[in-house]
Amino acid sequence: MAKNTSSSAFRKIDVDQYNEDNFKEDEADSVANTCDENLITNLLTEGKCIEALVSVLQNAPLRCKQQHVKDHALNVTLKVLLSVKASQMDQAVEILEQNDLLDVLMKYIYRGFEMPSEGSSGHLLQWHEKVFAKGGLGCICRVLADTNRA
Amino acid sequence: MAETFTFGGTLTPITCHAWNKERNQIAISPNNNEIHIYKRNNNEWKIVDILNQHDLRVMGIDWAENTNRIVSCAADRNAYVWKQGEDGKWKPTLVLLRINRAATCVKWSPAENKFAVGSGARLISVCYFESENDWWVSKHIKKPIRSTITTLDWHPNNILLAAGSTDYKVRIFSAYIKDIEEQPSPTPWGNRMPLGNLMAEFKNSSTYGGGWINDVRFSSDGNKICWVSHDSCINVADAASSNTIIRCKTEFLPFLACEWISLTSIIVAGHSCVPLVYTLQGEKLVLSNKLDKSQKKESGGISAMRIFQSLDRNLRTENSDTLVDSIHQNAITCIRLYAGDKLNSSRVSTSGIDGQLVIWDIDSNINSLMQALKM
Repeated sequence: MAKNTSSSAFRKIDVDQYNEDNFKEDEADSVANTCDENLITNLLTEGKCIEALVSVLQNAPLRCKQQHVKDHALNVTLKVLLSVKASQMDQAVEILEQNDLLDVLMKYIYRGFEMPSEGSSGHLLQWHEKVFAKGGLGCICRVLADTNRA
Repeated sequence: MAETFTFGGTLTPITCHAWNKERNQIAISPNNNEIHIYKRNNNEWKIVDILNQHDLRVMGIDWAENTNRIVSCAADRNAYVWKQGEDGKWKPTLVLLRINRAATCVKWSPAENKFAVGSGARLISVCYFESENDWWVSKHIKKPIRSTITTLDWHPNNILLAAGSTDYKVRIFSAYIKDIEEQPSPTPWGNRMPLGNLMAEFKNSSTYGGGWINDVRFSSDGNKICWVSHDSCINVADAASSNTIIRCKTEFLPFLACEWISLTSIIVAGHSCVPLVYTLQGEKLVLSNKLDKSQKKESGGISAMRIFQSLDRNLRTENSDTLVDSIHQNAITCIRLYAGDKLNSSRVSTSGIDGQLVIWDIDSNINSLMQALKM
């Protein structure tokens, strides 16, 4: 008779590793998109916040595997997001919707909540409200379901 | 007007349901190892048989309309083909699936001479009856599946099989069994069709990770497929125009089931509890109809019974919320055609976690929509 133990350690053994047809994620992009920080800063100083936002979201390194690249992009994106005034948000969201970038923006909003700075969360909540009004629950679901995180 | 039913006085979730040809009997699984067969008598549903051969939760039921056989699969890794005896009771035959994980979905082929079972074992078992041995046998489709198969659908030519899986891909395989079938004729999906041949593969999204696939369906002519995924998207791929994908990012919660109701329209339903109709217009999928017209919460006092019913429906233990503003009170998990076929369906049935079965009229809804547009 097998001995009845309370040990559940065997449940943690990854039996799938012995399978040759294991699930593998698709190859990540070898060349990661990098946003040109100088360009973004120039756009911001010229007051073209919305152009800066579109540019930074279009070049978001979502499929990149290197965390430091992602973190860098997050910092730049947050800087842009926080420099857009509340009165410009509606127009920005409109333009982003035409460019199919709302889901990407939502990813950065949630990521931005993770690392709050002075006054950033309130500003991001305003962004969240505007994006949610356009993209609905589906937009949030796409952030949750996606394996390519911001 | 939508008809709603519950079965057996309980509100346990309905895992899935399937109709017989005359649509007067239904097979449902009340979220356990049993399959209940109910017969309709006007508005009364009477239980006529309980099929309790499975050991674990039933995951899929399909009723072959013309040969009147039921196939079921369950988390116990088994599938049974049920035939009705002369006494009206259903008798099971075990099917050897040869899998080491739970079976997740099952579908009869259109000619009803074989069926396919998807499983967590990262393979599809294509099963057919071998008359020499008087036994159902299975052949496996393995490559290049790397994840659980969540949904299956047959092409009308009885050969091709579409499969959706949790590795974010929809694939079309050939399920040609040369022992029992004639050589298949070419389709827009390809010409060579040995068993297990991968005819097409679609990533749920080319630009980002995407969600796993919840349901996939061939259109009535077999040239298009539609699928719904857990990222709240609806997708249509067309073999006639070199497998281009039309993708609609919706603003709703993810959809769990989809079905064609004409050559250009799809009904979808899921976590948002409301069945929706999307129509292909050129290169776009457009929301064309909401089947659930209920808007306001029922007024007229809240009775104690209604409160407890609502608690039960939503599987809640606290009385913090009341009714949801739709007929279904929880996620819809299964859609079946009730009247008509994929080319032209006038009524569909849905079931879900709230334990309700709802039969919807599509025609009258579209007519009323057209009238609204004219006004």
